[in-house]
Amino acid sequence: MYVEMKDICKKFGDYEAAKNINFGIEQGKLVALLGPSGSGKTTILRMLAGLEQQDSGDVMIEGKVVNDVPASERGIGFVFQNYALFRYMTVYDNIAFGLKVQKADKQKIHERVMEMISLIGLEGLEKRYPNQLSGGQRQRVAFARAIAPNPQLLLLDEPFAAIDAKVRKDLRKWLKEMIQKVGITSIFVTHDQEEAVEVADDIIIINEGRLEQMGSPISIYKNPKTPFVAQFIGTSAILENLKGFKGYDAVPEGKKVIVRPEFVEAFKSDNKKFAGMMNAVEEGTIESVVFRGSYLELTLEVNGIRLTTNRSLERRHVDIGEKMCVLLYRVYLFDDEGAEIRKNQLLKGIDIEAL
Amino acid sequence: MKQNSQKIVQWILIGISVIFFLLMLVLPLFEVIYRALKDGLESYGRALTASNTLSALKVTLIATVIAVIVNTIFGVIASWLVTKFDFRGKNVLSTLIDIPFSISPVIAGLAYIMTFGRTGWAKPLIDGINDALGTDIALVFSVPAVVLATIFVTFPFISREIIPVLYAEGRDEEEAAAMMGASGFTIFRKITFPHIKWGLLYGIILCAARAFGEFGAVYAVSKARGKTFTLPLEIDALYMAGSADSITQAFAVSSLLVGMALVMLILKSIVEYRGKMKDKE
Repeated sequence: MYVEMKDICKKFGDYEAAKNINFGIEQGKLVALLGPSGSGKTTILRMLAGLEQQDSGDVMIEGKVVNDVPASERGIGFVFQNYALFRYMTVYDNIAFGLKVQKADKQKIHERVMEMISLIGLEGLEKRYPNQLSGGQRQRVAFARAIAPNPQLLLLDEPFAAIDAKVRKDLRKWLKEMIQKVGITSIFVTHDQEEAVEVADDIIIINEGRLEQMGSPISIYKNPKTPFVAQFIGTSAILENLKGFKGYDAVPEGKKVIVRPEFVEAFKSDNKKFAGMMNAVEEGTIESVVFRGSYLELTLEVNGIRLTTNRSLERRHVDIGEKMCVLLYRVYLFDDEGAEIRKNQLLKGIDIEAL
Repeated sequence: MKQNSQKIVQWILIGISVIFFLLMLVLPLFEVIYRALKDGLESYGRALTASNTLSALKVTLIATVIAVIVNTIFGVIASWLVTKFDFRGKNVLSTLIDIPFSISPVIAGLAYIMTFGRTGWAKPLIDGINDALGTDIALVFSVPAVVLATIFVTFPFISREIIPVLYAEGRDEEEAAAMMGASGFTIFRKITFPHIKWGLLYGIILCAARAFGEFGAVYAVSKARGKTFTLPLEIDALYMAGSADSITQAFAVSSLLVGMALVMLILKSIVEYRGKMKDKE
């Protein structure tokens, strides 16, 4: 493991920001620390950086314990949430700062800074001050400034939080490309799961100072290990029970149920594709149809429960009030102990993925 | 209609303010200048070049310069400490800084006498130091005493100007610089100082203005006219002498102080203006 946190605990007064955090990150990975605000994810990042000191546990980088190594000597590039660009320095001087501090050769500094400026595509803006740049440009400068001294590890605290939605999408892609190009091990903090899923190789989910789950976006999505992860990832409806749903007779009492839009299929009764599954079908009534840009979001009332599903725009037109056939492929069941997937028993032997 | 009534309120408020300023500030100041020049330029010049006046001017300038230097260093350190670090007793410290604002200067002066004076507890200590070094420093009724009293009184001005700026700025930029390996001094010089530059200058001006106008604290520890008197004390002494001549002289010396204050006021406005322009950039 390239970066490791071992049994890390941290308290701020009575507030526990980290409870026994353990994880390891391989070299070259781009990892997201994902969690709701106040979950302790930023504190974990700051402890890695050395900007905060853990109460107990070890921070390891390249196999060495760095607990007593000050932030300035850990060789880490850090991109702050609001970039923290030096207001009274030009773009050039901002990027050059780390190299100047290391007392690098003047010519080398110049070459490196110009290389960085062309890497981030801000040629010609090197004499500007931070407040003369757009949000996206500032973000780029902050990135360049952090990696200019060739750090071994790049940490980013909510790197997209201060940017408007339109630019954010482009910037995510840009940042991912940049990090791959530079090939630096990177960890970023975010509260936005879409962002984490899109950008990161691996996601670490943090809640109330605890590490809930770590894994690739798809594995976390498909196999949530804790109730929190099951609820936090994806859009989901939480139901108290599944009484009356065909194929879920064996669901024990006392477990809550999570249903995601992609677990639900709604089709017209004459649809031949689903002919073999009619024994598992429930009847549902369309309550609303919302256009979501590239698909429709249908809300259906089934057995007195409201379910949501997404419908391709290529499919047949549906109306509010229309009766539909509804299939519930699978659900997540969870209680305080953990979460599990439960498939519809009546669909056993049918290859749903081949549909 | 609403616009009109707002206009009326505005003019009434302006009127009240102008009348207040005229009566309370401008007229008395004109009176000072008028009285100072009443007996002609020659006697004005004589009053300003009297040996007591020159001595008082010297003491005032010494006290002001030292107070500004000491308080600049202390003020920057204290505000840096209060805004950039978390430690126990931080709130106590930031309250302590304000003490000179809330305590009457006379009490400060008296406290110095009680501590360092003939019967004060620190007297043997100072005597010991004087014996050991062969010096003859007295911390009451002397120029060093005047300097100390002035430092005490003007002590919060600089930190009070810088602390809000440092708070508003946050710690991000310093942390960013630290992450890149910059030392504390480099961080201060390259990152923090540019932020507080204008606030610091403004604080220095306020501190200086207050330092040479101080009366109460200095009055308590300075009793030798022509030796340890500052300008305000000299003015008081001249005025208290009571003769028509000395009263005119008192006004002449006052006009000197008013002049210095005006210079400070103009400097302050320039600094404020430039600071604002800088922020807008």
